[in-house]
Amino acid sequence: MNTAPTNSRSGRFAHNALRHWGERIIESVLFLAAFSAVAVTVAIVGILLYESQAFFQHVPLKDFLTDTQWTIMFTDKHFGVAPLLAGTLTTTGVALLLAVPIGTVTAIYLSEFASHRVRETVKPVLELLAGIPTVVFGYFALLMVTPALQWFMPDLPGFNMLGPGLVMGIMIIPYVSSVAEDAMRAVPMHMREGSYAMGATRLQTALKVVMPAATSGVVAAYILGISRAVGETMVVAVAAGQQPNFTFDPRESGATITAFIVQVALGDLPHGSLEYQSIFAVGLVLVLLTLFFNVLGHVVRKRFREAY
Amino acid sequence: MMAYDAQAVRRLVARGKQWDKVFVIAGLLCMMVGVLTLALLLVGLIQDGAGRLNWQFFSHFPSRRAEQAGILSAIVGSSLVMLVTALAAIPLGIAAGVYLEEYAGRNWVTEIIEVNVTNLAGVPSIVYGLLALSLFVYGLGFGQSILSAGLTLALLILPVIIVSTREAIRAIPGIIREGAYALGATRWQTVRDHVVPYSTGGILTGVIIGLARAIGETAPVITIGALTFIAFLPPAPVSGEFPFLSFEWLRSPFTVMPIQMFNWLSRPQAAFQENAAAAGVILVVMTLVMNAAAIWLRVRYRKRIKW
Repeated sequence: MNTAPTNSRSGRFAHNALRHWGERIIESVLFLAAFSAVAVTVAIVGILLYESQAFFQHVPLKDFLTDTQWTIMFTDKHFGVAPLLAGTLTTTGVALLLAVPIGTVTAIYLSEFASHRVRETVKPVLELLAGIPTVVFGYFALLMVTPALQWFMPDLPGFNMLGPGLVMGIMIIPYVSSVAEDAMRAVPMHMREGSYAMGATRLQTALKVVMPAATSGVVAAYILGISRAVGETMVVAVAAGQQPNFTFDPRESGATITAFIVQVALGDLPHGSLEYQSIFAVGLVLVLLTLFFNVLGHVVRKRFREAY
Repeated sequence: MMAYDAQAVRRLVARGKQWDKVFVIAGLLCMMVGVLTLALLLVGLIQDGAGRLNWQFFSHFPSRRAEQAGILSAIVGSSLVMLVTALAAIPLGIAAGVYLEEYAGRNWVTEIIEVNVTNLAGVPSIVYGLLALSLFVYGLGFGQSILSAGLTLALLILPVIIVSTREAIRAIPGIIREGAYALGATRWQTVRDHVVPYSTGGILTGVIIGLARAIGETAPVITIGALTFIAFLPPAPVSGEFPFLSFEWLRSPFTVMPIQMFNWLSRPQAAFQENAAAAGVILVVMTLVMNAAAIWLRVRYRKRIKW
């Protein structure tokens, strides 16, 4: 070093102190970035509560929960959330009836039967399926699946909950199958080997050893699927008809919570109007619904975790 | 207990193996459902929309006459919204991921942040639209603008970027950090010069997947009140006169590709649905290319790096 040795020590301390402060500032900035996730959650809950509290000042909670009509856009207004819930549950139900069996069989096949190469090719393709914009699936439901269904069921109206439900089912297959497959692959090899040693076939091992051992993960995969289907918007907004309808018959048209929000947002709604507040009220219901399933998934995963 | 005779055991095993074969066929069929749907969807879209995919479709504004309508305002709107989304989400997401992996101690604050990131990934996208409508559009007064939409989508894809950043950073072995510390580097210098550069591949994968998702999202952008019929372009961000850069476009009304498609799709005339199909082809191609790029990147980085 060419600098004078006399003040090098104090110089180094000053430099260190500076570095120290710089480090502290950077750490705080990074912490704030991470904390933004908490801020977003708080903002979501706060805003939904705040805006829907204005709604519930106009509409008694009892009407909201017990009335069976939702006609907020008409002059004779009714504020029963039941038709929107019925629409949401019906489309979700149809989607699950398709996605759960197909997703489970796909997961068992990929985890227990398929060769490494098949698995490595099929998984990315399924991921691509999950990446398609949902409005495109809406097109698929309205203009390709519903007409195909009308071939078998001539009475089926152009807008119905069956077509979008089935398309949503196909959309959530990748979520269900990939989480379920991960759970099955986490089952240790020696359990399968034990089963094979007893003379069991692959299928018997898969159904009687691997599936029970992976129950918690598989159920968590189903719950993830439910949560996705409940929150899905564009498919039902395009193809289910946007008519709030208190029915569980998938052949009829209906509106889900999400479809109603889209419908209201498309109209030119004045800030602070009852319609404006209503989308926050039903949004709150939607969040509570998905939160319930997310927490349930978490509990299931913890409660039934197998100790191998 | 009666002993099985060899014949019966053989029959039993043969029957079991028969069922194995049946299941393999069932598994293949189920696996193909997704793949076939993807193929059917693409073929159908191209069949319906190919007729409209010409230069005129890209260079015209939407119109009341279907055969003259185009996607110019939607393409420009989508690009500008994506620009805002990327500028907001990428630094924030990477910073959050770095904090959680490199700085955070094991305590309840970290725990809360982690639970929140997981939960945000499960919140339906339309709820982000409600948040943005109340907070960005009215609360902060950004209006129904490109800025509002870009920030909304940034919040939506934040969990994706945080999670992939964490995974990428976790894959870097501790000896790299120890080497840097041994030479007197501070924590930030270690992160800036070693940890983040080496995990670029994984982070980039997450960023691309996040942006691909944002480009196809419709519901939150509709909720904040994006218009469905826009026949003008936002003011240009760069101009020939002083001060050269203008941020007027951030406050401009806009439309994006998925909304344009939704708008055409909800009209009964077949000619407009042809336009919807054409817009769908473009959307699908964009998201497929981005997702494929992310998958390719992941495979490539997984192969190349041997620590």
